[in-house]
Amino acid sequence: MPAFPGVDFIDFDSLLTDEEKLARQTARQFVDERVLPIIEQCNRDGRFPLDLVPEMAQLGFFGANMQGYGCAGMSNVEYGLVMQELERGDSGMRSFASVQSGLVMYPIYTFGSEEQKEKWLPALAQGTAVGCFGLTEPQFGSNPGGMLTRAVRKGNRYVLNGEKLWITNGSISDVAVVWAKTEDEKVHGFLVEKGTPGFKAWDVHGKWSLRASITSGLAFNDCEIPAENRLPEAEGLKAPLMCLNQARYGIGWGAIGPAMACYQTALEYAKTRRQFNNRPIASHQLVQEKLVWMITEITKAQLLALQVGRLKDQNRVDHTHISMMKMNNVAIALDIARLARGVLGANGIVDDYCIMRHMNNLESVYTYEGTHDIHKLIIGERITGIAAYM
Amino acid sequence: MKIGVCIKQVPARDAPLTIAEQGAWIREADIGFEMNEPDGYALEEALRLKEKHGGEVIVVSLGPERTKQTIKEALAKGADRAIHVVDADFYRLDPLASARSLAAVLRKESPDLVFTGLQSDDHGFGQTGVLLAELLGLPHSTIIMQIEVLDGKLKLKRELEAGWFQWMEVPVPAVLSIQSGINKPRYATLKGIMAAKKKPIESVERASLGLADEPTEKLERIYVPQKTKKTEFLTGSAKEVAEQLLEKLRHEARVLS
Repeated sequence: MPAFPGVDFIDFDSLLTDEEKLARQTARQFVDERVLPIIEQCNRDGRFPLDLVPEMAQLGFFGANMQGYGCAGMSNVEYGLVMQELERGDSGMRSFASVQSGLVMYPIYTFGSEEQKEKWLPALAQGTAVGCFGLTEPQFGSNPGGMLTRAVRKGNRYVLNGEKLWITNGSISDVAVVWAKTEDEKVHGFLVEKGTPGFKAWDVHGKWSLRASITSGLAFNDCEIPAENRLPEAEGLKAPLMCLNQARYGIGWGAIGPAMACYQTALEYAKTRRQFNNRPIASHQLVQEKLVWMITEITKAQLLALQVGRLKDQNRVDHTHISMMKMNNVAIALDIARLARGVLGANGIVDDYCIMRHMNNLESVYTYEGTHDIHKLIIGERITGIAAYM
Repeated sequence: MKIGVCIKQVPARDAPLTIAEQGAWIREADIGFEMNEPDGYALEEALRLKEKHGGEVIVVSLGPERTKQTIKEALAKGADRAIHVVDADFYRLDPLASARSLAAVLRKESPDLVFTGLQSDDHGFGQTGVLLAELLGLPHSTIIMQIEVLDGKLKLKRELEAGWFQWMEVPVPAVLSIQSGINKPRYATLKGIMAAKKKPIESVERASLGLADEPTEKLERIYVPQKTKKTEFLTGSAKEVAEQLLEKLRHEARVLS
């Protein structure tokens, strides 16, 4: 399989440092050599390639933008470029890294006690422990504040009852970061370890999307955990929303990956597929229009991601910036996948090509970590001052 | 063990190459660059020897400012420090001039070993390593497939033609040209990339080394090979085609008598 050359129309790379390009190169080579040769079969089998986790950990992909505890301590732009390449492989690969980094390591790092950090962060960075994040419930998706899961204090323990759904890595996790309401109606975060009595995880089957990724439900039935498993610094819904901000940032970069893969596939196909007088279909104006739209949107997405990344590195980023980046970049990636499918005609529907796998994956990415529409409302509130969630 | 590794930055493998209007080289503006692949094997071998026997790996590279990216990659993979001989227009240099540049900075380091890749993926002269050994006054060996460290000397496996190998011994210090495929080069880890930010890169202007600039050989022109082969379709019945083919094999290709 030839190495991926990248998509760079306006010398975007001249905006990157050597270190940023090197981080991307490591992830790019890993995806070309280790992910792409196996991913279509994983997708067919509905299997996450768990055997790649130790190597991803060794390369430093987990918690890459955190300092200490065995993390690489990279900038947010470097981290973002790694997410882009992982998702060029498959949204499931990027999801694994996003959840492990942004939704498990980040809350322990930000809201955890020193004991919690020492216990979990090095193991999660080394990939010897896997984590998941339980916020969404069967009845509460876009409105997590309505959650029904409860944590009741009983002596030096908490008793959890409730259900979580659409949880990436739930059934393979050693630790779940679970959000639940306490008796004062405030949301708190709890670390629930695998094997705790009353805690069960099961897998969602029949998915047409993120097939190379594990999606689970979590059930808590009088599940007792030690009181010291509560994240001491997390109080209120703001805490899980801060986590989602981390993951959304990674998605904003990640979505550029499948957009590039689909564009590249459509471009190569259009140049070699011949119809009507033995001319390549790339000579058709309608095909060129599609390809031009794709590369233009990819270029705009790159610039949006880079600017938001630079703001994040300067601690000047607003969550609405990240909303715009996630909303726009996932939407254009999905549109590019659909257009690319059209360019490939019938060949576009089979898994000899990456396109429908990416397209189906992006349907999940469009919805998770704040749906496309919710991000519109977040930005809408920011510019009008009026919340329109009702 | 102190090991110097010579690394060249070359155009990326799949880069779309166009010939420059002036000079005998390609247009560099629109293409990416990467570490010369054979040099990647040399670097990996040096890193493995260091990890096994201790010591230091020093990367030496000749090239324009953009070469820093490739130098940083070598540092990210585990080299300890680097010397960059800066020359904005280094493609005018022939292998002897390149070797002289590398020798000038390596001599001061008195390394135990100097590794090069077998050849570069751009010019492909395959001479720089050998010339470097001569300039440093050191023994050299090429196409190395395996290295064993003995007391004060090395046992080397060289690749010969037609599937043959040769075992030989060389004293240390020595210069070795490493065959591609000797090992599996590692990725630069994200931690390695971070650590490389703190590793020293010494920049030396080639002009400051006081080396003669007259080339001993010069590239006059580069061009895309002209197509001289053509395909001819024979028509007729199988017997007629066979007869025509026989005729052509006898009198045009002259492979049959």
